[in-house]
Amino acid sequence: MRNLWIFISRYNAFFLFIIFFIVGIYLTVKNNSYQRSVTLNSSNEVVGTAYERLNVFKRYLNLGMVNDSLAAENAKLKSQLLGLTTVDTTKDVKVVDTVTNQQYTYLAAKVVKNSITLRNNVMTINKGTVDGIKSGMAVIAPQRGVVGFIRDVSAHLATIQSLLHKDTKISVTLKKNNALGSLVWGDGNFDIKKAFVKEVPNHIKMYVGDTVVTSGYGSFPAGILVGKIIKPNVATNDNFLSGELNLFTDFSTLQYVYVVKDKKAEEQKALESLVKPNE
Amino acid sequence: MNSRIIIVNVIRWFLLLFVQIFLLKNMGFYDLSTPFIYVLFLLLLPFGIPNILLYLLAFGTGLTLDAFYDTMGVHATACVVLAFVRISFISISLNRDAIDDPEPSLSYMGFQWFSLYAFLCVVAHHLVLFFLETFRLTEIGYTLMRCGLSCIFTLLIILLVEFIFYRRTPR
Repeated sequence: MRNLWIFISRYNAFFLFIIFFIVGIYLTVKNNSYQRSVTLNSSNEVVGTAYERLNVFKRYLNLGMVNDSLAAENAKLKSQLLGLTTVDTTKDVKVVDTVTNQQYTYLAAKVVKNSITLRNNVMTINKGTVDGIKSGMAVIAPQRGVVGFIRDVSAHLATIQSLLHKDTKISVTLKKNNALGSLVWGDGNFDIKKAFVKEVPNHIKMYVGDTVVTSGYGSFPAGILVGKIIKPNVATNDNFLSGELNLFTDFSTLQYVYVVKDKKAEEQKALESLVKPNE
Repeated sequence: MNSRIIIVNVIRWFLLLFVQIFLLKNMGFYDLSTPFIYVLFLLLLPFGIPNILLYLLAFGTGLTLDAFYDTMGVHATACVVLAFVRISFISISLNRDAIDDPEPSLSYMGFQWFSLYAFLCVVAHHLVLFFLETFRLTEIGYTLMRCGLSCIFTLLIILLVEFIFYRRTPR
């Protein structure tokens, strides 16, 4: 203790300097708003950065919990969305075709069962006779592409004979020159992205990338996009050409489809039935 | 003898602070060079002064200046640093027992010793003063330039004053 006291008194200049210097700095920072703000800001910066680092680490530890809550929220939102869409889709969407003065109405339906792996694929939708669906109506995909025809209808459900079926045949044209053809999935074809356009007249030139649309002669409205030619001018034994095309419809991810109601379908059928075959 | 030293120092204190506050406070070259002549009072305090008294005087002088400059604590801290440098320099450069001169002035100590002594003290004081005023290192170039130019100005005035009041004394 005595030695310590001797030590301090020998170097009293230094210790006094430390004391007075600290008092001076303290006064400076305490009484000058600028110096105080700088001190506070820089210390806040240091503290803030430290907290930020800590936070990043904490966030990582909490990821599992956050994921769970997000998943729960997602499920809740999805169920709400489902309720909303069912309300929404009970209404018919009217599309006025001003060119041919034909009136089509589209009815959205949810696909409840789908098959793509068989030779003859049939899917089921959640709309039936209650919603005004009749056999033979055209079905199209939400964004672009055709799906098929309504086959059988019950009160609340209907089956669709999809394009991926050996009996399905849709009247199509090449968009650039209106050359007629028939769209079929094709014998021996099991690729759900591919189909064939057949019975194209021999003098028509097809090119890769030509767009194929519906002709409007069947129950499909005219101009629905079907696909793009990838292999044109395949010669067949008859007097017609064939072409291979890539379908716009992705049957594997189909969730909703539109059933096309043609108001003049009955009238047309009745009129055409007057014409006897082989007259 | 003792009372004479006290009276001389008190008069010097009032005179230097008067000049500093009412004249030099309003001077300055482009906000770059500001003289702080009042440190001469601390430089010229007698050799025999106790350290604690020296620190108290330095701190008090600084606080007085701060009151007028509205920079509470800045000058006080700088003066404390100056006092420390003064004590250190004197204890290093002079033999403590052999000091028979009353005060470290130009008249007693000679030009060479006094100019080095004044230079070190003023540089330490100004460095602390300007860095406490700026309080950040981002403008270090500008601060150092202000500090250097102010040091030159202050030293010139200190040497000028010392030569004006130079008394030829037998050494």
